[in-house]
Amino acid sequence: MAETTIGFEPPALVLAGAIEHPLTDITSYRAVGGYAQLERARAMSPHDVTDQLIQSNLRGRGGAFFPTGRKASFIPTPDKVAKPIYLTVNADESEPGTFKDREIMRRVPHRLIEGCLIAAHAIQSKHVFIYIRGEYSTEYDVLAAALEEARGAGLLGDVELTIHRGAGAYICGEETALLESLEGKRGQPRSKPPFPAIQGLYASPTLINNVETITNVPKVLELGPQEYAQIGAPPDSTGTRVFCLSGNVVRPGAYETPHGITVRHLIEDIGGGIANGRTLKAVMVGGSSFPVMTPDELDTKLDADSLGERGLFIGSGVITAIDDQACIVQFALRVAQFYMHESCGKCTPCRVGTRWLVQILRAVEDGSASENDLEVLLDVCDRIIGKCLCVLGDSAAMPVASCVTKFRDEFRAHLEHGGCPFGEDSSLAHLFAPVDQHAQVTA
Amino acid sequence: MIDEIREIAKQYPESKSAILPALRIAQEQYGWLSREAFEQVAEALDLTPAYCMSVASFYDMFQLEPVGTHMVEVCTNVCCGLVNAQAVLEAFERELGVSPGSTTADGNVTLRAVECLGGCSTPTIVAVDRRYRQSVTPEDVPGIVAELKHG
Repeated sequence: MAETTIGFEPPALVLAGAIEHPLTDITSYRAVGGYAQLERARAMSPHDVTDQLIQSNLRGRGGAFFPTGRKASFIPTPDKVAKPIYLTVNADESEPGTFKDREIMRRVPHRLIEGCLIAAHAIQSKHVFIYIRGEYSTEYDVLAAALEEARGAGLLGDVELTIHRGAGAYICGEETALLESLEGKRGQPRSKPPFPAIQGLYASPTLINNVETITNVPKVLELGPQEYAQIGAPPDSTGTRVFCLSGNVVRPGAYETPHGITVRHLIEDIGGGIANGRTLKAVMVGGSSFPVMTPDELDTKLDADSLGERGLFIGSGVITAIDDQACIVQFALRVAQFYMHESCGKCTPCRVGTRWLVQILRAVEDGSASENDLEVLLDVCDRIIGKCLCVLGDSAAMPVASCVTKFRDEFRAHLEHGGCPFGEDSSLAHLFAPVDQHAQVTA
Repeated sequence: MIDEIREIAKQYPESKSAILPALRIAQEQYGWLSREAFEQVAEALDLTPAYCMSVASFYDMFQLEPVGTHMVEVCTNVCCGLVNAQAVLEAFERELGVSPGSTTADGNVTLRAVECLGGCSTPTIVAVDRRYRQSVTPEDVPGIVAELKHG
């Protein structure tokens, strides 16, 4: 079985010591300085630990890029609230194109656990939950074994750490849906406010962080916040990123590099360029939830500000190269089908809008749509974005709208040709989309 | 099974939180979530079977109808699709003689097409009995099917 290719450009932080081989047992982890920062953190006041996170400007790696230290500082101290305080780690990695948290859990489970325990100290939480995607069986086994080792070594102290397995629902990666699911309910997002920091799990103050974010925490303390803040593209995009490179490149893999490298460098130098001598058509940047990038934007740096200037997002560190063999209408259709399948059904614009997107994109793909339908498509996107409780609807609309806007000629060609002009040559022709097994809902 | 579920529920401040692990255990025991399976989970957690069904129906990994002894799940999202996931899926359809979402006549294998499994750099990802196989090609499919026939 082929293993995932792992690589890095210095400094490796999250995957340090685990580039060549997974660092799964506690002895090897301790040999590279593991759990030393936990000891240091526990000798510090919780406030000082949070302050170090603030100074490092570590930001969330799950997609929203929110400053981690600031988020931790929103959690009330135990003397101000009569309820328990919870730390919840979001390991429900399901964004198409994303596989970094899976590699982190397989390779450095103890660094994640150390990060959890440091963060728990910072917010004075006595109960940590790691909500891991249900499909990740091997990763669960590795993490559970590491947890037993850490517990056996007495590292947990008075903190409980529970690994909770999901059961297959993309929406549970949304923080309030995750909390609902963890409470034993259908994973449907909540209305905010109140924010989880005030009323999260069991209506108690709850800090929710992504796996990669938490795994950075021991490194922030080890390097010191000032040094950490110099790495990458300061002041806003500090530290490294475990980029998920996939699609039509020669060397796909998980590559940890500092923030601020260009998309071109990642695809051409690290990834070996486009496979099979073909030409790049588009890049899925950040994940399937965001606008696509065109080849003329390849020199954009992978940091939040540089991407933001172009209306793009760093998301969960996804770079998926799409070559000229792929039909962009079929790409947009398959992306829309994913969100239709994963919409929880709570908000009408998302529940109904994602179905409309699929219906119209199908008609464009088979050439039965009219020119006006392209405007309708953009109009539907506009009527979804910003109009739901969570961003799942936006995540369907943004990539679709970007495909229509940036590849309008290719959309038109379908209408003029009366079907996909690539015919059977498109790499995405006949790509199958699962229907909802429970309802058999088809658009 | 009821004792096992109640033991797991102790890890949570509220026992209802144990519903996903409980449904997982019940599904492993019964093969799918039958009426009886829901009744067992409901009794263990002091919930109603109807509530347990309402939760189970939200999640993709819970089977509400009988499935095969083995489960083959092929990722068909865009990253695997760009590198020919549909050919892998079609090879399974051919070898097993079933379409996605159905089970072989002998009840041995259920074939499913699923959303992104998080193995995008080693396409195509196929989960065989919930364990990932990476970089699966159409040529690998007859071997996997033979393995399931004899295993």
